[in-house]
Amino acid sequence: MTTSARTRAAVLATTVVNALSRRFGAGSGTVAGGHAGLALDPRLLEHLASNRRIALVSGTNGKTTTTRLLAVAVQGSLGRPATNATGSNMPTGHVTALAGAPPGAPAVLEVDEGYLPGLVTSLSPEVVVLLNLSRDQLDRTNEVRMVASKWRAALAGASRTTVVANADDPLVVWAASSAPHPYWVGAGLEWLADAVGCPACEGRITFAGSSGRSGPGGRGGPGGRAGAGLWRCECGFGRPSLDVRLEDDDVVLADGRRVRLELALPGRFNRSNAAMAAAGAAALGVPWQESLPRIALVEEVAGRFAVVEVGGCTARMMLAKNPAGWRELLDLVCPGDTPLVVGINARIADGRDPSWLWDVPFERLRGRMVVATGERCRDLSVRLRYAEVAHRTVRDPVAAVRAAHIGAGGALGRSGGDRAPGPAPDPVPRPVSVDFIGNYTAFSDLMARACARRDAPDAREGSPAWT
Amino acid sequence: MDLRIVVVHPDLLGTYGDGGNGVVLLQRARWRGIEAELVDAPSDHALPGGDLYCLGGGEDAAQTASAHRLREDGTLAASVARGVPVLAVCAGYQTLGRSFAAADGRPLPGLGLLDVVTVKGAGPRPVGEILAEPCDPGLPVLTGFENHGGHTARGVDAAPLARVLSGVGNGDGTEGAITGKVIGTYLHGPVLARNPALADLLISWVTGAPLAPLDDAEEQALREERIAAVRVRRQLRRAGRS
Repeated sequence: MTTSARTRAAVLATTVVNALSRRFGAGSGTVAGGHAGLALDPRLLEHLASNRRIALVSGTNGKTTTTRLLAVAVQGSLGRPATNATGSNMPTGHVTALAGAPPGAPAVLEVDEGYLPGLVTSLSPEVVVLLNLSRDQLDRTNEVRMVASKWRAALAGASRTTVVANADDPLVVWAASSAPHPYWVGAGLEWLADAVGCPACEGRITFAGSSGRSGPGGRGGPGGRAGAGLWRCECGFGRPSLDVRLEDDDVVLADGRRVRLELALPGRFNRSNAAMAAAGAAALGVPWQESLPRIALVEEVAGRFAVVEVGGCTARMMLAKNPAGWRELLDLVCPGDTPLVVGINARIADGRDPSWLWDVPFERLRGRMVVATGERCRDLSVRLRYAEVAHRTVRDPVAAVRAAHIGAGGALGRSGGDRAPGPAPDPVPRPVSVDFIGNYTAFSDLMARACARRDAPDAREGSPAWT
Repeated sequence: MDLRIVVVHPDLLGTYGDGGNGVVLLQRARWRGIEAELVDAPSDHALPGGDLYCLGGGEDAAQTASAHRLREDGTLAASVARGVPVLAVCAGYQTLGRSFAAADGRPLPGLGLLDVVTVKGAGPRPVGEILAEPCDPGLPVLTGFENHGGHTARGVDAAPLARVLSGVGNGDGTEGAITGKVIGTYLHGPVLARNPALADLLISWVTGAPLAPLDDAEEQALREERIAAVRVRRQLRRAGRS
């Protein structure tokens, strides 16, 4: 078989197997087909990627959101891009995204941190967007510094690539500073605990203008946040001069112009994601004034921040996968008094060791109504006990949402709360919304059991991505 | 009395949630009416004095930097000589030994506070739930999560902390080490959240008096669940072999 015939057969196999997988409910419809295609043509991804403008997005947190925002940003100028919107961020997912795209369509791909070096080398992307690097799933992935070193080695040879990098994250800067064409964005960084050790010399990085060094347990410690601040090590490694920066609600461009970010998505981290996406779009030739208004309209990404019906209640769905992500979401929910359900699993996709719960400042939830749920709700319950957060423990997530909803109308729990809850009584519908924050599979499991609300914001964006 | 708990170098040895051990000690002391404070001791400052020290896990380069600073500083060794208790986990445990392995495998000097030597393990990295029977009959079974690349051999002066029931631990069927009031272990979880009796043992070493019992219903529920999860897996494995 010639290469092109082999590739055509592999594309067909990818499409057919994915369709079968979706039809018979065997999977997400993005992975099995990719496996089939790659089995027929091991270089299928490179063949599918040739003659396309390609942007890759990677980092520990914000990949799925930033990929979506970048895809939305470039759609007007470059045409509808091929993209792996559901977070299938390994080569099987990339093959699936590209197999269904018209020839020549651009591609905006989310990439798992571990696969990034290989794809940078094999695809020679036009743009790579690097968001942040912090601890995540230590039981199965490399230590975070190792990841940064591998990025650095691959990017050193990326002579055709503009590397759009978060200059506020020392590990990202370490990785991207080897690149021939870096583009530095001062996008801020919430989680410093993995950044204080200098990657260049093993010395210690000091952050100027970092505020509130509130570590785990609310004590002084690492893990606090940096706004957009200077940082440097004694060895001379420090924040590079910025091409563009995020300053509160404004993006400040190189020429001093300010563009206000008025996003539908909540939270500081989403302003950071939006700035990184718009910078990636700028590197692809899409002007800021065109990309940012498009980005501003996105209200929900792959279920994150969607409002759904669960067990007769209305819940706002949020996903946090690691301490950095949790810290950002606690910032977001803490000013309110909406009942909060926290769901923790520890399957392979989540990382099997939930010790990281102790890196999350759950102390901020004192005085809030909290229900602990998920397969590892016992680990969370112990964490909340030591944080002195009154809570109940309800293993089933739908029952947990109902318990929080009902509890909102009366007294809920004391410290330690209801240790062996009986069957939940039928809920009396009240106009109380429940916030749900879950880690990866806790979030997606509840999403699968929820019904999208007809008036939910995703209606404008087409069908929800979690189905 | 005052209890000053010092978490050593959380900026270097804070990777696996082990900072939680300090929180557990602090709260279990306070809940009994013991005045207690928790001090984070970053690596760029001299190590402050304390009544109880905790060290956690960390990546290779961070462990090397921490060991170097602790040796230069001298406070930890001097405190141990005065009988101050220490709980050291994973990289922190290895650091307290005579030597440990750098990222490239070459031996680096530890603090010599435990008579153990750690080398790179030959097999796959032990990552998973671990269950171990403590050598101290006063302690219930230890449960935790291990994730390390080291194989630790004990010398004559270090007794094992426990015998492994499931998992790997030191690599010779034992888990951790104990000399006087210095405890080293591979267990994350954090270990004191999953094993509150071990936390109480450390506190009682400082207070010198037995502690009033606490209502540990949450911890007990977690322990039962984790112990059962390991036993179920072992039974499944055994059933698969036969």
